[in-house]
Amino acid sequence: MLCSLLKLIANMNKTILHPQHIGLGAKMVNFADWEMPITYLTGLIEEHKAVRNSAGIFDVSHMAVFDFQGGDQVKFFEKIFANDIKKISSSNKALYSVLLTQDGGILDDLIIYHADDRFRLVSNCSTRKQNSAWYKKHALEFGVEVIERSDMGILAIQGPRAMEKILNMKGMHSQVGSLKPFECIFNGDALYARTGYTGEDGLELVLPNDQITGAWESALTEGCTPIGLGARDTLRLEAGLNLYGNDMTLSNHPYESNLAWTIDLNDEERDFIGKEAMLKVNQTSCQKITGVILKDRGVLRPGYEIKHENGHGVILSGTYSPTLKASIGLARVDQGYGASGEVTIRNKQLKLNFLSPRFLRQGKI
Amino acid sequence: MSEIPGDLKFLSSHEWVRIEEDGSATIGISDHAQDLLGDIVFVELPEIGKIIDAESDAAIVESVKAASDVYAPLSGEVTEVNPLLEEQPETVNSSPYTDGWFFKLAPADLGELDNLLSPEDYSDACED
Repeated sequence: MLCSLLKLIANMNKTILHPQHIGLGAKMVNFADWEMPITYLTGLIEEHKAVRNSAGIFDVSHMAVFDFQGGDQVKFFEKIFANDIKKISSSNKALYSVLLTQDGGILDDLIIYHADDRFRLVSNCSTRKQNSAWYKKHALEFGVEVIERSDMGILAIQGPRAMEKILNMKGMHSQVGSLKPFECIFNGDALYARTGYTGEDGLELVLPNDQITGAWESALTEGCTPIGLGARDTLRLEAGLNLYGNDMTLSNHPYESNLAWTIDLNDEERDFIGKEAMLKVNQTSCQKITGVILKDRGVLRPGYEIKHENGHGVILSGTYSPTLKASIGLARVDQGYGASGEVTIRNKQLKLNFLSPRFLRQGKI
Repeated sequence: MSEIPGDLKFLSSHEWVRIEEDGSATIGISDHAQDLLGDIVFVELPEIGKIIDAESDAAIVESVKAASDVYAPLSGEVTEVNPLLEEQPETVNSSPYTDGWFFKLAPADLGELDNLLSPEDYSDACED
């Protein structure tokens, strides 16, 4: 059964770095119709540790990049984002937001960058077509042109030693070293941002495809470890970061997805898509996302059912945490859950504790 | 991929069985399977004394990425489980054919061995 899985990989989208991944002995998998590395030769746990202890590099060029031209872009983003673009529209910074439907369901999550009077947006791979259509539909009213940048790739370099290695990379933009967390800078069409999805320091580099291979090779020369999508998932989960499709979907609103902080209602004049639905949410009775850690042996997986003294819930993301050496997860549960509960794994009830989803801070327990 | 010991027989779902000198059957998963699963972090083994049918699920192996059922190549009664796997499940990655065995059975019908794949046929099946 496992053998045949590998054969389904044909005619899929490939990133510019596909030959490099194959050359490094990566195991490739189908991720939303992209052939992507899930692990390299040393395996997931060693890759995970490399990011926590030193520096790793990820090819995440499957993600969708959009630029914008003309019109009233600030007004456009004010309308389509739950978070308020005005937080960054006069500085060089990145902003996290969700895209909501009129009913408050989550269409996607994204990062919008602003520097040098231009915006660039990065959103998920599996929602590319949906988002492209959504942006274009709503951009018309504001005279904004939406440009999908399929000629761009993305590298993430993350870890406590990431910045040191980045600054040694060949041809690195000289001002990258002065970026503070969430700040970003353009250099021509290349964007450098002090953001990431691992809970570690580092950069995300959104580069024209013809700069990707050079930057990748240079980062490897500086000692960055190539990291697959497998460790990307364990790293983000230890940092308590949601994954679209698991921890938030069209059927959930932000208040039940640990994303209340992304709903910006400060500007009462601002009318964004989904605002009305958000104002109607009963935040004291809706379900919430919490972190969970399994106290028994085993591994939490999505879909496992949870019970606690005042209600029920379900595991959304679950894995083995290489740092904590225990199974952790994110769960959506009824409120009033106290300190501990029970999860059912293959008809057995095992004990788990509820805790903040931020299992690690700055990569530490 | 390391060489497969010649005294093993396989299910196409990647489990191996070896008939020991005392007549017991030792069961584990193949090198190919551990490689596909990646870092193994948990193994759930059957209860001693449990009666298991050939090709039914007998154990669970979990890597960081996923959980997989492990099927019994032969029918029989479970007589022993590998105590090493509770604390060091990664032994399945490092030594799938020796130290990383899962459990032993008292086989009910050695004739069932004829339904299993030889190491050569198993290797061919994996390359298909």
